[in-house]
Amino acid sequence: MIKRLLCIATLLSLVFSFVSCKSKDDEKNATKRVEDMSYSYKSGEVITLNVYNWGEYISDGSEGSDDVNAMFEEYFNRELSAKYGGIKIKVEYSTYANNEDMYSKLKNSAVSYDVIIPSDYMIEKMKNEGMLYSFDTSSLSNYGNILEQFKNENAYYDPDNCYSVPYTYGMVGIIYNKTIVSPEDVKDKSWSLLWNEKYAGNILQFNNPRDALATAMYWKGLYVNTTDTKVWDEAYELLKQQKPLLQGYVNDEIFNKMQSESAAVAPYYVGDFLIMSEEEENLAFYYPKEGSNYFVDAMCIPTCSSNPHLAKEYINFMISEDAAVANATYIGYASPNSAVINSEDYKAAMDEYAYEGENGEGAYELLYNYMPDEVNKEYNAKFPKITSPACYRSFDADTQAHVNTLWENLKISGSTELWVHITSVLIVVSVVAYASYSIYIKKKRSKFYRNRDKVNKKA
Amino acid sequence: MQSIAAAPHIFWAILFIILPLIIVVFYAFTDANGKFSFSNIASLPSYASIFLLSLELSVIATAICLLLGYPLAYIIAKSNPRNQKIFIMLLMLPMWTNLLIRTYSIMAILDNGGILNTLLNTSMHIVGTKGAVIFGMVYDFLPYMVLPIYTCISKIDKNMWEAASDLGCNTFTTLTKVIIPLSRSGIISGVTMVLVPSISTFYISQKLGGGTFELIGDTIERQFVTGALNVGAAISLVMMVLIIISLTVMNKFGDPDDGGIIV
Amino acid sequence: MKKYASRIYLCLIFGILYIPIATVILFSFNNSPSTAEFSGFSFYWYKELFRSEEAWIALRNTLILAISSSLIATVIGTAAAEGIYKMRSKLLKLTINSVTNIPMMNPDIVTGMSMMLFFAAIMGIFRIADYNNIGFLAMLISHTTFCLPYVILSVLPRINELGDSLSEAALDLGCTPIRAFFKVKLPNIMPGVISGLVLAFTMSLDDFVISYFVGPTNFQTLPLLIYSMTKKTVKPDMYALSTIIIISVFTLLIASNIKSIIHTSPKRFKKGGKIR
Repeated sequence: MIKRLLCIATLLSLVFSFVSCKSKDDEKNATKRVEDMSYSYKSGEVITLNVYNWGEYISDGSEGSDDVNAMFEEYFNRELSAKYGGIKIKVEYSTYANNEDMYSKLKNSAVSYDVIIPSDYMIEKMKNEGMLYSFDTSSLSNYGNILEQFKNENAYYDPDNCYSVPYTYGMVGIIYNKTIVSPEDVKDKSWSLLWNEKYAGNILQFNNPRDALATAMYWKGLYVNTTDTKVWDEAYELLKQQKPLLQGYVNDEIFNKMQSESAAVAPYYVGDFLIMSEEEENLAFYYPKEGSNYFVDAMCIPTCSSNPHLAKEYINFMISEDAAVANATYIGYASPNSAVINSEDYKAAMDEYAYEGENGEGAYELLYNYMPDEVNKEYNAKFPKITSPACYRSFDADTQAHVNTLWENLKISGSTELWVHITSVLIVVSVVAYASYSIYIKKKRSKFYRNRDKVNKKA
Repeated sequence: MQSIAAAPHIFWAILFIILPLIIVVFYAFTDANGKFSFSNIASLPSYASIFLLSLELSVIATAICLLLGYPLAYIIAKSNPRNQKIFIMLLMLPMWTNLLIRTYSIMAILDNGGILNTLLNTSMHIVGTKGAVIFGMVYDFLPYMVLPIYTCISKIDKNMWEAASDLGCNTFTTLTKVIIPLSRSGIISGVTMVLVPSISTFYISQKLGGGTFELIGDTIERQFVTGALNVGAAISLVMMVLIIISLTVMNKFGDPDDGGIIV
Repeated sequence: MKKYASRIYLCLIFGILYIPIATVILFSFNNSPSTAEFSGFSFYWYKELFRSEEAWIALRNTLILAISSSLIATVIGTAAAEGIYKMRSKLLKLTINSVTNIPMMNPDIVTGMSMMLFFAAIMGIFRIADYNNIGFLAMLISHTTFCLPYVILSVLPRINELGDSLSEAALDLGCTPIRAFFKVKLPNIMPGVISGLVLAFTMSLDDFVISYFVGPTNFQTLPLLIYSMTKKTVKPDMYALSTIIIISVFTLLIASNIKSIIHTSPKRFKKGGKIR
């Protein structure tokens, strides 16, 4: 027994030592450059490249599309294998639901990913925390494909172009079902549709704190990157009011919900709307007049990568014409890639979308004709000192913590219907009553037998 | 000396059952930097309402399972042996189908634009309510209730039935005075096997609850996804302690010899 | 009258139990990507499924994990049951039994959480940089751990039932204790061991929650794949996968049942050994 206790004690002390060494590692936040690192591979070795991306965010070969990861494997093993000493490559592809999940996975558990595709503010945050490798983007042979408007100071999250290569961009808007939502409710193109009591039980909301709170903030003209906790509380109150009207907080479940007409109103990304509209022609979309989120998602190499050079090759492949066109066609998001925008195949594919806006514009126009500055004119005018205020920026730790607390409170807020309390109390009461009744009977019975035994003995 | 055969198991249990639980306790009482702190435990009262809700929903689901499952087990146990085998097989088959798929398919049926509403041409709002979550729990865990009760009833000596009717019981009083008390251990293990998974579920509430309210399982899962492991560990710890206490209390009412043997 | 009432009740419950499964099967043959509106019969989603490597890898992983963890659990568990039976100290017996039952009594989510924290600590101690390197081992250990109580629970009653007389006879006739166990005891408790193995296999096959917490990114099992699929747009290819699983389980169950009908009681007595 004592030996066993000793064993446990030693193991526990090991746990403590692990915790202390973990905090030491966190202090090293200096950026590492991919080009400064060496690599050595054995010929014939099969290297796994771990790619971590959003759900439904790559052309994966389903339903007749091209399988971009397989294309990369094939291309690498044919063209680039020799450059890396005759290795073969295998892409392991996994997905996350939102930026925050991806961040916490990378931060908290020891995982190894070679390529990740976070959004702008998350890139800024990870860059600041030393979680990304820097690399020489100009050395990528296809980097010229990226439009100038996504480089240098336009890429507010990475002005030196050394951490990320843009993958897609887009805006958030409101998707609604024309057969359920009446025309006068969407006439003024406002966020208020998400708070319209007429559609109670038919409204969906983002299932992550930042996007959900931002819907309220754009609506009321609040700055989405504010450090003022009172402003956040204001947005939180609006979401709390909205909660009883909601059918649910969703991520990608929105596709099925909107396509099957289970829900009528939801804020989501324009690219995803196009995909949904393929299955359900009654869906329509608008950019809210109060302004909306403009984002860029870009490919990065996290410092947990074990093959950053190969990650660079993957990124370079992803911005080549074939891969980029396949992806842009499949995921429906706007592409920052000139090879895509000028591709006739791409234009033809976009023409296949049944979507037709009120001015007769098609899918291509919906993606590329609404410039963020144009859509967000009203919102931007409220914050003249800030460049592109509608974009998310990285938070400081306190604001982040506050936002997380608000989200937590929102999730656990709300009252339970009375019938739940009443029924469960009734059940518990009846169980207790039955238990005490059977105990009482048992006692009575044993008393009876005891008395009988006594009587018998006497007799 | 042959008890040495249990040594690998004892070793395994200490290493992989006891030690992980100790680590949960350790996490529950430390902060993110590994320093001792009560802040996780102190934050627990804010989850009290979620705790209560999960408890209530799972109690209701368990009661419904018992009310539906006991007659079912009774009918199966009274039918002829060959049919018994078929019924039990039919009952087991859904258990072999993945829980996630069953739950998802319920959602596809009950959703606003789902199969039920399409067929009936209505727009009932079922998914996202507490009723839907209870239905999901009952549906997913009903076999767990029926099987132990069935085992228990089928083990009851046939002479008991005859003795009861000889002593003047009708079918109903035989059931209440003889069969139900004799199948108490089956009921208790059935209740345990429904209550524990339904109190801690997160998939059912995510799909059928629509994410507008949380159960304690969702809260733990969210802590896990967002990396707040210490708070998650504290909630798990409390849940574990509560469940162990309630199970011990429940087992007091069962037969001490065969408590909770399944199938 | 009573008979009809009970029949109607059976039909009703089984009907409700099987409606969701029937819809899964039906919609796997849908020719549109909808899981709510049936627009026509086609094998399209089966073709899609057979093209997707992901599903097959997940199936392979699930089987590897379920077979290996249930085998390990059966070996350790059977030995443990024998050991527990031989123990003299009542207190020790009780302690071991209650510790063994912890993973069964505990909600899966707590077991999953504790296992995850445990392996995180292990990685810290041994300075393992990439969880994927120990991912399979972690899954194997977790699955074996929660399968163990089921094995012990189905073997122990058999050993108790069998008693000591047979193995004592074997020892008297000159067997070594180990030989006596394998030659005499094991064949007699085999039904318990087999049902423990099957139970453990099923538990491991079906487990989602613990795998969700412990699972590494490079070892995806079917329930994890299904979970990640239901987080996105669910297309009928997932239904097709489920249909294949349901139908194979159904055939397996029927096949095993036919076997048990053929092996009806007279033959079982002839085989001998089984003492009741």
